[in-house]
Amino acid sequence: MKTITYGQAISEALREELLRDQNVFILGEDMAVMGSVFGLTKGFLEEFGANRVIDTPISEAGFTAMAVGAALRGLRPVVEIMYVDFTPVCFDAIANQAAKMRYMTGGQASVPLVLRCPGGAGRRNAGQHSQSLEALFTHIPGLKVIAPSTPADMKGLLKTAIRDDDPVVCIEHKLLYATKGEVPDGDHLVPLGKADIKRPGRDITIVAWSRQVHSALEAAQTLAGEGIDAEVLDLRSLVPLDWETLAASIRKTHRAVIVHEAVKRGGYGGELAAQIGEDLFDSLDAPVKRVAGLNVVAPFSPALEDFIYPNPGDIAAAVRQTLGR
Amino acid sequence: MKTKRPSRETLLRFYREMQRIRQFDLKAAELFTQGRMAGNIHTCVGQEATAVGACQALEPTDFITATHRGHGHCLAKGGQAAVMMAELFGKATGYCKGKGGSMHIADLGLGILGANGIVGAGIPIAAGSALASKIKGSREVTLAFFGDGASNEGVFHEALNMASAWRLPVIFLCENNKYGVSVCIDRVTNIADIADRATAYDIPGIVVDGNDVLAVFEAVSAAAARARAGEGPTLIEAKTYRHRGHYEGDPQIYKPADEAAGWKERDPIALLRAAVLALDPGAAAELEEIETSVRREIEDAVAFATESPYPEPGEVVRDVYAADNERSVVR
Repeated sequence: MKTITYGQAISEALREELLRDQNVFILGEDMAVMGSVFGLTKGFLEEFGANRVIDTPISEAGFTAMAVGAALRGLRPVVEIMYVDFTPVCFDAIANQAAKMRYMTGGQASVPLVLRCPGGAGRRNAGQHSQSLEALFTHIPGLKVIAPSTPADMKGLLKTAIRDDDPVVCIEHKLLYATKGEVPDGDHLVPLGKADIKRPGRDITIVAWSRQVHSALEAAQTLAGEGIDAEVLDLRSLVPLDWETLAASIRKTHRAVIVHEAVKRGGYGGELAAQIGEDLFDSLDAPVKRVAGLNVVAPFSPALEDFIYPNPGDIAAAVRQTLGR
Repeated sequence: MKTKRPSRETLLRFYREMQRIRQFDLKAAELFTQGRMAGNIHTCVGQEATAVGACQALEPTDFITATHRGHGHCLAKGGQAAVMMAELFGKATGYCKGKGGSMHIADLGLGILGANGIVGAGIPIAAGSALASKIKGSREVTLAFFGDGASNEGVFHEALNMASAWRLPVIFLCENNKYGVSVCIDRVTNIADIADRATAYDIPGIVVDGNDVLAVFEAVSAAAARARAGEGPTLIEAKTYRHRGHYEGDPQIYKPADEAAGWKERDPIALLRAAVLALDPGAAAELEEIETSVRREIEDAVAFATESPYPEPGEVVRDVYAADNERSVVR
């Protein structure tokens, strides 16, 4: 085991997969000479050459669709869209092309494409650089969506995503890039569609992903001091969803709070709450509660931005309310 | 026709391919009108020379992306009429197991990377396929068919720019049939030739008579040679005409009354027929034989499609993902 950052985990995953498979290549803005705006691909150009690490013009729609074309030819493109907020520019390539190609060709075509999208708020970047758009992708059949919270999960899931034969959207949280964690040595892989219980507990299940896993863990710590034993379940992979682990946890605790940074209206939390209501109603001792981002555009001012996404206090309050305390 | 004389066999081969497309689309239109097909049918009657001229200039290992008006492109690249017709019928034996339909025929083994229901979407996909050839160091060329309407999509410009900057082995073939659904290109674009846009990307921009199969063949042959030599992309604009509506049943109120008649005189199949007979007046019987045998091929295709089974209901949840469909997909 070694301790590295979430950003280094991405870098290691990319490098290891570039070394392992000649079909893997990186495409995106500022990825080669500059080594990406987040410094994740520094030195890759020298190591792998200009055919494997490609600097694109600022043409998200064009180069994402080109990645689909390259994937149809058996290559495994890893595309970075510098901010998830830019993905609407290339949504045809993602939603109409990559996601539907296998189905609409009757299973002939495979689009093994990974779309890495840094997302999330907290960097005072305002409305066009701070969104959490995972719900857009979970809504499109044919896409897989991962949102890792730790360096180990990031490395393992990203490596698996690159080897996966379907298009995978990887949501990275910008505020997690510098966070550190232990990552197993060797060829560390985490399967898609497996949730992880980051903290076991008996009284309530807090379901979270990405950065909000850390807020949930902090809330659970606080609640433990009050005699409340919260289980923190990190989905890691939103599609495919690990329904078995989620259902087992709720059957044990009989209560659930879902936490995400994306705005509450139309968020993936609503989908989870609905599924829990449909299938696990008899196991529930209280209504499922959502703690989510406010239904507003991310503001610039620090005095405003910190109010838009959930904090550990919000989560703890929702847990107390669900438990009737 | 051009001065360079192709062989008699070549002309007859082109004639057969153009007849296959014409008869396939007329039959599809007829069956659609009879209510035997669902969805929409977009025929390419009048545009056969572009599909055949282009695909005959490519090698079997080369790739194409087709448009929503793509029956001709797919047939010309080697698509089987029967399997295509079965797809139009929504049958399990169709190219896409009945999941794609008329607008989405694909046969990756034949290099058909897919017709596409989104206007312009195939252009960057073709450029991406060309990027794959460059990365792999292999020699396949990819040709993107698209219409005049698609030339006003943003991805047209993005793809031309990147293909030029990276000298990708791709051919952009614009079939200018004058209309994007109901809107004449002249009303929404202030240049006479879409090929002029090549100047902005420092690549060759060539205008050809899209109803002259040999002119298309020569232009695409030259572009393919250039692409294979590592010299990058070419933009070819083939001026042609869409004889039928945007979709079957389109009353075409937007077309001037006398316009179609002029283009009918320049019907690409009639032009090629005349060229063959000019070369060899005794070829009439052979031409008729080709027409008859193609008619049989299309009749057999309809019979195959009619007799083929519909997909099983369980098929609906297959192919969404390569694996783990059940958990992610089932209701």
